[in-house]
Amino acid sequence: MVKDCTFFTRKEILRLFYRYRDLAPQLVPLDYTDKPAVTLPYELIASMPELKDNPFRQRIAEVFSEHGDGNMTLDNFLDMFSVLSEMAPRDLKAYYAFKIYDFNNDDYICKSDLEKTVNKLTRNELTPEEVSLVCEKVIYEADVDNDGKLSLEDFQHMIIRAPDFLSTFHIRI
Amino acid sequence: MPKHEKSTEGNDGSGDNEEGSAAENEENVKGTDKGRKRATPRTARGHGRGRARHGDEENEDDEDGTRRAGHHRHRNRRRGRAAGNEGSDSDAEAAKARKNQANQKSKEDDEEEEDGKGGKSGKGKNEKKVDKKPDKKGKKEKANKKKKDKKKSGSGSDSDSEEEPITEEELAKLKEEVEEKKKLIATLRNKPWKMKKKLSVLKEAQLFVEKFEGALGKGKGKKFYAYKVMMTKKWMKFQRDFENFKTACIPWEMKIKEIESHFGSSVASYFIFLRWMYGINMILFGLTFGLVMVPEALMGKPYGSLPRKTVPRAEEATAMNFATLWDFSGFAQYSVLFYGYYNNQRTIGWLKFRMPLSYFLVGVGTIGYSFMIVIRTMARNANDDGGGDDTSFNFSWKMFTSWDYLIGNPETADNKFASITTSFKEAIVEEQESRKEENIHLTRFLRVLANFLALCTLAGSGYLIFFVVRRSQKFALEGLENYGWWERNEVNMVMSLLGMFCPTLFDVISSLENYHPRIALRWQLGRIFALFLGNLYTFIIALMDEINLKLEEEKIVKYNMTIWEASLYNGTIPENSTAPPIQVDPADVPRGPCWETMVGQEFVRLTVSDTMTTYITILIGDFLRAVFVRFFNYCWCWDLEYGFPSYSEFDISGNVLGLIFNQGMIWMGSFYAPCLPAINVFRLHTSMYLQCWAVMCCNVPQERVFKASRSNNFYMAMLLFILFLSTLPAVYTIVSIPPSFDCGPFSGKTRMFEVISETLEHDFPSWFGKVFGYASNPGLILPFILLMVLSIYYLNATSKSYKEANLELKKKLQSQAEENKRRNKQKAQKSNEQEENPFETEPPKPKGGKQDESTPNQDNKKGQDGNESKKTGQPQEASSSQVLQHPSLAPSSHYPPQSQAGNLPPPSIAVTRPPGPRRYGMPGYPPGNPCFPGPQPGMPRGPHNCR
Repeated sequence: MVKDCTFFTRKEILRLFYRYRDLAPQLVPLDYTDKPAVTLPYELIASMPELKDNPFRQRIAEVFSEHGDGNMTLDNFLDMFSVLSEMAPRDLKAYYAFKIYDFNNDDYICKSDLEKTVNKLTRNELTPEEVSLVCEKVIYEADVDNDGKLSLEDFQHMIIRAPDFLSTFHIRI
Repeated sequence: MPKHEKSTEGNDGSGDNEEGSAAENEENVKGTDKGRKRATPRTARGHGRGRARHGDEENEDDEDGTRRAGHHRHRNRRRGRAAGNEGSDSDAEAAKARKNQANQKSKEDDEEEEDGKGGKSGKGKNEKKVDKKPDKKGKKEKANKKKKDKKKSGSGSDSDSEEEPITEEELAKLKEEVEEKKKLIATLRNKPWKMKKKLSVLKEAQLFVEKFEGALGKGKGKKFYAYKVMMTKKWMKFQRDFENFKTACIPWEMKIKEIESHFGSSVASYFIFLRWMYGINMILFGLTFGLVMVPEALMGKPYGSLPRKTVPRAEEATAMNFATLWDFSGFAQYSVLFYGYYNNQRTIGWLKFRMPLSYFLVGVGTIGYSFMIVIRTMARNANDDGGGDDTSFNFSWKMFTSWDYLIGNPETADNKFASITTSFKEAIVEEQESRKEENIHLTRFLRVLANFLALCTLAGSGYLIFFVVRRSQKFALEGLENYGWWERNEVNMVMSLLGMFCPTLFDVISSLENYHPRIALRWQLGRIFALFLGNLYTFIIALMDEINLKLEEEKIVKYNMTIWEASLYNGTIPENSTAPPIQVDPADVPRGPCWETMVGQEFVRLTVSDTMTTYITILIGDFLRAVFVRFFNYCWCWDLEYGFPSYSEFDISGNVLGLIFNQGMIWMGSFYAPCLPAINVFRLHTSMYLQCWAVMCCNVPQERVFKASRSNNFYMAMLLFILFLSTLPAVYTIVSIPPSFDCGPFSGKTRMFEVISETLEHDFPSWFGKVFGYASNPGLILPFILLMVLSIYYLNATSKSYKEANLELKKKLQSQAEENKRRNKQKAQKSNEQEENPFETEPPKPKGGKQDESTPNQDNKKGQDGNESKKTGQPQEASSSQVLQHPSLAPSSHYPPQSQAGNLPPPSIAVTRPPGPRRYGMPGYPPGNPCFPGPQPGMPRGPHNCR
């Protein structure tokens, strides 16, 4: 059943479930037939080795969580790894990548989002001038409709041509 | 809708038609009334979703799940109605039933929202019921289907009344809908929804399909349709299981994932490549093992029956020594492992297995299969590539795709952060173009010097190999017994050592050049490639020399053989003239040198020694170094871990090239040594484990973490090149050198490929041979080749023109984007000006506020539409945006509607402002002063435009 909603095989889903359960064995019951409403807090999700070193882990958790607070149910969890799996198509990945990079959830990637992204990527090692230069360049390059921020279309238009996007925007689990 | 209702009803009727009675019918009316009462409050919440039919189903199900009593009544009602339809009741009751339907319909409309919200618990239960538990309803449905399939239940009139209500259009519509749902199920995973929504939609869709798939099969093709549906279901399930099985069968998945998370995708790409190679070698191994080695071992003449299958008398004493076996001579040489062991008998065993033919075809098939699979993989990889090589998004890509989400190791993450930072800095510097090419002469000089040094190294290594091979020939002529281990293994050792040290040398040389690391990697790869290639070809040329020597020797041996035979006969004829076959021990028969086995042995030895060097390098270079660094760090004067020796990095390029060249040797040698794929499979298997272990325990992530997206096809291209180069000598030897006279499956023929014509002559009807003869004459082949060349030329030309067209389109798109940008800017400026004028904007404000609420959705949509269609380059948005705009505004605005649709303009103001003031406002404000930061309530993006 869940298989039709994700890109996983049965075995992988089970494995993901066990991974999920391992995060908090005392919270998550083994028996999931009656669908208990269990959510794991963000701290536990972010402690997974797959996400631990990712500078965008908080955003990822927030985007996929139910209420945008980073706390996840099993369904959210499966959803997340389904989108980040190898089999997910480019468009879907682009959609979620956009959401991840959209820090203030206003459906546009604006300059402040870009600055945050750059600072996370470089761990604040660029000077503010350099950061703003980079952001301006990005907006100049990718902003098709010239409104000073990137809409989802702009983002997709840009990211679909990127050679490395598919190979880097996935997590194997 | 009523019609449809009837159809389900009819189904039910066929199931339980015996129950129909008036009393139940009465109750049924109550039931619906109740249902209606229940439904009415929902209307407030309800937002129609326009899936009436589906809503009906859901409605029933929901009742079923949540209110048992209601369900009961419902069911009863249905039964009753079914009965009414059958005509067992009076007309009045039938009319009542119709009324019920109408009621039902109105209720459905109310309750449609249920399918959207999807009462989870109820549905979940329901699902189970339908799926497995033979609950009442489920059973009924099942019974339904079965009955439809098997016995057209009850009386004939019953089935008539069932089938009438469904018209053709209804059926087609239903079918369409079912197909739609199926499609939805198939593509659901691509939808960017939350899992909950996906689940509910999926359940709903599945339920729908399940219900109506059965209902579709009315009429003539009913049985067939049901059968088809069943089969597709089974087939789907099978496919799913098979897929599960397939993913379960992929070996080393977890190992590779672990490495990937520690070292990034580039190191993992090596291991994926290794695994792919392993798969190919498994198939090659299966071919040679199953079609050549096993049949020969089982059905061929046993060891010792023929001279070619026996160890010669002179070698018998040492044939079982380990050193001899390790060298692949002695018993190993005279076994199925090598070409020479095979007999030239046309058929062997009770199966009449055609050994020589099989041997030949396997040899050809190995090469053909390899070509096919490599090219296919390359094509697939090329398709996967995004095809984006323009640099217009340099910074954006750096920003959004440079983080490798696979990284799950703090050290790698640190390196990645550093490399991203440097790449940003480099890009900034390049962008500013402030980097002066300081001392360009020195750089040039260094690069020339580096290339010169690399060339010297290449030439030196080539000469060294040539020298060593010559020397070994000399040794061989004088007899190997007088020399030690080194002299015997000199060639292999020298080649392995060169392969070990030259890349390091190149690495040192390339540090002179000061290239960008990506370019440096290319150079490095190219140099190592040239080195390996040179070594391999020197080796092959030396081997050719040796083959020629052996051929000379063979002639002498042949001559001696006749003398020896004659002498044998001379000695024995007087005693027994009637029995010519004289029993001589096959070990004593003199024999030729059998160059094929020699070639096979060389390749096998080379492969084995290569494997050994690789393993020893890993053990010493990685493991011992790591141990040393780790434990001597406590008592050393400087920090070993971060200082000079440090831990080693995983050398991707060297490893990949090693793998590729190893595979080249396999392809070259497997014709003469059928055991070679087996050895290679073993090697790859062990090296998978060993290298995984070594990487995880004693390597550190690279400082420069590369991405692997492009490299896959790069590896493949090299592999293809090597495949081509390695098949050349093999094909040359097969086609143009006569096989040995006393060993191998082709002995006695002048050329190896004659086995084909022989088979054609003997095993096929004569007409086939004739046809083949005609087909293979040059008059037919030459035109064919010509045709192929022409078609290649044509395809090439078309692809070129496509590329040009592509480029043109890209240019057009770019210019269009530029133009749009400009236009938008202008427009934004002008609208800003108008915003700034409070006198004009004030009066229509309250009005605008009201309309605002209703329009933003539309306008938003409009904007997006405009964007999309702009992308595709169709001017359709003009009409759509104009329609939505205030009619009198369209002519007044100076901008073409395209630009308006482009960047979501402030909808409220644009729509509601009266035309008059606007016309006035435009000339009033010069476009040079747009940056007035006034309050712009409807326009959140205003400030950004005045950068």
